Formats: sequence, structure tokens, C-alpha cells
Amino acid sequence: MILLATLRIAGRALRRNKLRTLLTMLGIIIGVGAVIAMVSIGNGAKAQVEAQIAQLGQNVILILSGNVSRGGFHMGFGNAGTLTHEDYEAIRREVSGLTGISPEVRTMAQVAAGNENNNTQIMGVGTDYINIRSWPLADGVNFSEQDVRTANKVAILGKTTATTLFGEDDPVGKVVRIKSAPFIVVGLLASKGMSMMGMDQDDVVFVPYTSAMKRLTGGTVFRSFNAQAASPELVPDVQNQITELLRQRHRIGEGKDDDFLVRTQQEISEMATSTSRVMTVLLGSVAGVSLIVGGIGIMNIMLVSVTERTREIGVRLAVGARSRDILLQFLIEAVTLSLAGGIIGIGLGILSSRLLSIQMGWKTLVSVESIVIAFAFSAAIGVFFGFYPARKAALLDPIDALRYE
Amino acid sequence: MDTQPVIKLENFSKTYVTGEVEVHAVRGVSLAIMPGEFVAIMGASGSGKSTMMNTIGCLDRPTSGRYLLDGVDVGELDRDELAELRNHKIGFVFQGFNLLSRTSALENVELPLLYSRNRVGSRHQRERALKSLELVGLGTRAEHHPNQLSGGQQQRVAIARALVNGPKVLVADEPTGNLDSLTSVEIMGIFQELNRQGMTVVMVTHELDIARYTQRNVVMRDGRIVSDQRVPNRLEAAAELEKIKREQQAVQLAP
Repeated sequence: MILLATLRIAGRALRRNKLRTLLTMLGIIIGVGAVIAMVSIGNGAKAQVEAQIAQLGQNVILILSGNVSRGGFHMGFGNAGTLTHEDYEAIRREVSGLTGISPEVRTMAQVAAGNENNNTQIMGVGTDYINIRSWPLADGVNFSEQDVRTANKVAILGKTTATTLFGEDDPVGKVVRIKSAPFIVVGLLASKGMSMMGMDQDDVVFVPYTSAMKRLTGGTVFRSFNAQAASPELVPDVQNQITELLRQRHRIGEGKDDDFLVRTQQEISEMATSTSRVMTVLLGSVAGVSLIVGGIGIMNIMLVSVTERTREIGVRLAVGARSRDILLQFLIEAVTLSLAGGIIGIGLGILSSRLLSIQMGWKTLVSVESIVIAFAFSAAIGVFFGFYPARKAALLDPIDALRYE
Repeated sequence: MDTQPVIKLENFSKTYVTGEVEVHAVRGVSLAIMPGEFVAIMGASGSGKSTMMNTIGCLDRPTSGRYLLDGVDVGELDRDELAELRNHKIGFVFQGFNLLSRTSALENVELPLLYSRNRVGSRHQRERALKSLELVGLGTRAEHHPNQLSGGQQQRVAIARALVNGPKVLVADEPTGNLDSLTSVEIMGIFQELNRQGMTVVMVTHELDIARYTQRNVVMRDGRIVSDQRVPNRLEAAAELEKIKREQQAVQLAP
């Protein structure tokens, strides 16, 4: 009941000295604004990474070949061709819970049609590949098991490649030459956009992996397989099965390192997002420091205010204010300062994150969470930094306070 | 009921310790003030009258001895209970008025109601504050801020503030110290009028002529009461006011 009256008193005290009030709030405004903006940048980056990882498909498991070590140096996964066609067949045959698996062979090659030609990423894949990547066809059909078995010269074009070679014409049924070998276009992929690295994923040609190996790369081993589990719950089990099977097939003894790597999409996404999480925390804590500086500013001004208003405190005590009434009055004043600063800061933070995404082209994401936290944090700062001055005021001796000049 | 003193000091002492020196501000004073009395406590500075005042006003507690305010032993109360007592039973008037600046007269008068334990609604609060202001003749100045009021008017606002919670005792600390003689007499007139209506008034002053408006003078020296007597020919503020005004007129007419 006294709260409302106390709020009015605090409001009046703050209005009395508008410039000082504004300057005091500035620390909190900048602090909260910075936290909101910085966290929005971090969150934006994280959301972008997550969206791109989701583009890999669902419940995807990547099997990368060899982590060979030469003279003690690990050369990184995918460098040694330790995955064979037999491995692929074995996984396909023996691992339960799979909805699909496809080898992946990559090469860059010149692709031509008519007068147009382009250096394009050629991907040798199996029939399951487009399903695993959840990459629908815009037109035409997928190639068949028969095409794979017989290394048929059929191709599916990415959107960009199709546009480069055929313009607006329908490419299905036409012929493209890859390294001079003619391939019949059977399908056209829907557009997928940019990859995590900023590359155009649509500048691609899919061919059966057998065709790619026989006619384009000449290799006999694979760098990676893409597999897909039937459900998210099955992913770890499938991962284990594949690992066990490959260790057995590659005759890797107990305690020896794998010459392959089985990674789930979950793991990839965790690695990627953990980087951006570190960034978010880093940016946020730098901004958080300015919040604390803002809090110290509030404490400073509240201390000045208590000294200035010693007589007023004396009068209030004399007419019957209890210590807690005075404490509450100054605490509410400090919290009002920090909360008002917090609210303005939230506005400023949202505004500047908008500006950043417009001006710099960064993806930003202002989360409700960060607003709520910033709001609660600025209230907490008011209480924390306002408490000492308020306590000082509340414990004043009424006689001394009345006599204070 | 009326035979019970409203203020009763029994062998009251107050000792301050400043550093290693003990200062005996008041040394064993006994004093009883009955309801409806108008008492001036007088003395030079250092006589202990301010300490008496602070104790009677429940701003401080006795070091030894007892102080009973309206039958309540003040020495046994804690800080908050003292605050409550000040709120309900004491009305303060200070030498420097001590009004809150940039706050209207009405809101200044409302201040004690704000801290009252049995709080009333804000409309009722305003009514009571306004009634209190009317009592001191400032009903029309309710919205004025202290800097828009003369010294005498400010002191009247302070009196209205002291009265608003219906106190047992009005405690005034040099209430005319900052006022010219005419305004001083006006203020004394208000005290006399309140006293006539039954209010107990205890006033600290070092001005003899001001003390002559009261009924009883208690003179202190070195922490002890040296005299305590009825005022023989008490001045009537209304009559004095007339006299001063006539004199001033005469002065103006003279040249």
C-alpha cells in the first residue's frame, strides 16, 4: 500500500533532475543495448548454422574414410580412400535401421551443352542420395538401380548448372557432355541455396557413382558415404553398428584407431553451434561488463543523492518513517533508474540489431529470452547497486540527519 | 485521565561519547508536563535543552532514567517503534521549517500520513491535510511550493504537518528562530490558539520574550533544571500583534 506512494516519490525525485537521471541511466542503456545486440548477432549466426546443417537432411550419418597418419601426423578424415565398394554393400546389407545409404564421389569437371560450358562440381552418388539429403526433384526422375549397376550415362542437374547451360529451357531429356562423355539429363533438382561456406549448392551435377568412377575419376575407393537412419532414436544404434562392422571388415584390433569416422548430424551440428555459442558468450560478456559499469554509475549517483537529501531523510524519519520506508524509497529509486534504462536499452538493442542486419547483412536474432534476461538483470543491478546507498540512508540517525547542512 | 502527565521524565540523563570524552548533556532531570500545558524549555547553548527536546520528541532515548510519553516507556522501544511513536503522538516544528522543497504545501502536510500505520485512502489523506492547513490559515495556499511562501507561511505549513496526525504533544525547536518579530508573534498566536483547544505544546527557545507567551518556563543550565515556574504575566499574541501593528503604523507616519 505504501508502495504506490513510494513509487510516486521516487518518480518525482528522478524527474527533478532530468539530465542527471538520463546520464545515470546511460550506462545501463548502453550495457543492455549492447548485450541485446551482441547476443542477437551470436544467435543469428547460430540459427544460420543450424539451418544449414538441417539442409543436410534428417537423421543423417556421415561415414568418412581414413584418418591416415604419416609419421605420426594425422592427415585428417577423408584423405585416405579406405572405404570400398564392398564396405558399402556390407553396410547396406547388414546394418538394420537404415532407410538409405549412398556413396559420394566428388570431382570438378567441365560440363558442356551446346555452346555453353561450365566448370562444375560432379557428384557420383547412389539412388538414395537425394532422399537422404531431402533434396527434391523439380522435374524429371531420379536415376535407377539399373543405371547405377550398369554405370549408365545419366545425370541430374542442379538449378544453377541447368540455368547456365540451358537458360530457361527444360533440360530434361537433353544431353550434357561431362569431360566429353555425353550424359542424358533425367532430372532437375530443386534449388537449395548457399551452403555453410557460402558456396552455391545448386551448381552441381549428380551422376551414378559407378559412372563417375568409371568415366570421370577412375578411382576405386570412396571418400565418404551418406547414410540415413529411420528415426532420430535409431541414429546412435546405427552409428554403432556401422562402426563395428567397419572395424571388423578393416581388421582393426582392440585399442587401435579407426581408419574411418562415423559422424552423426547431431554431432556435426553440435560442433558447429558450439563455435557460435562461444562467440555469443564472448560478445555477451564483453557487453555485460558495461552493464556492471552502468550499475556502478547508479550506485555513485545514489550515494550523492543520499548525501544531498540527508535533511529530507531526517524530516521523513522525524515524522515517523521507519528505516525500511527510507530503504524502500531509495531502493525503488535505484531500481526505477536501472529498469527505465533497461527498457530503453532493450529498444536500442533491438534497433541496433536491425540496423546491423540491414547495413552489414548479418543475420541477427533478438530472442525473447535475451530481452527477459536483460530486463531481469537490469532490475537486479538496481537492487544490488542501489542497496548500499539505500541502506546508508535508512541507517541515518534522525538527529544527525536533521542537523545536516 | 487528565491527572496523568503526558510527558514524564524521571531522573533522566543523557551522555554522549565523542572519542574518549564523555559529554554529560543532561544530568538527572525529572520533569512532568500535564496535558494541555504550554511549556518553554529555555537555556543557553550547551545547557542540554536540545537534548531534552530530542528525547521528548522520541528522536533519542535516555542513557539512564526513564521517559514516559503518554504512559509508554520510550527507553524500551526500538528504532521502528520510536518512529511509530513520533508518527502518532508527536508533532515536530523545527527552526528551519524543514519542508520538502519542490513539493506542494498539501503534500508536505500529507507526509506523516504516508508513514502512518493505520493508513487512510489518498482522498481522505488530502481532506485531512487540507483541514490541517485551514487550521493554520493556509487553506488557500495548498498548492503552493515552499519557495513561493514566506517564512511565516512555511512555518505554518510545518505546524499543519505537525498537527495532521492528531498528536498528543507538539514539540517545537526554536520555531521563531528564523522569523522576524512580527511573524514570530503570529506563530506564537497559533500555538496559543492550539493550546487553548487543548494541545500540549513543548517549545525550546532561548528568546525570553517568546517564552513569555507560554504558561510555564523551564530554565536549564549545564544539564540541570535551575528554575521551573509559571509565567507571571503571560503575553497574549493577539493583543501583542495589535500593539506591534500600531507601532509600525506610528513609525510609518512619523516622518
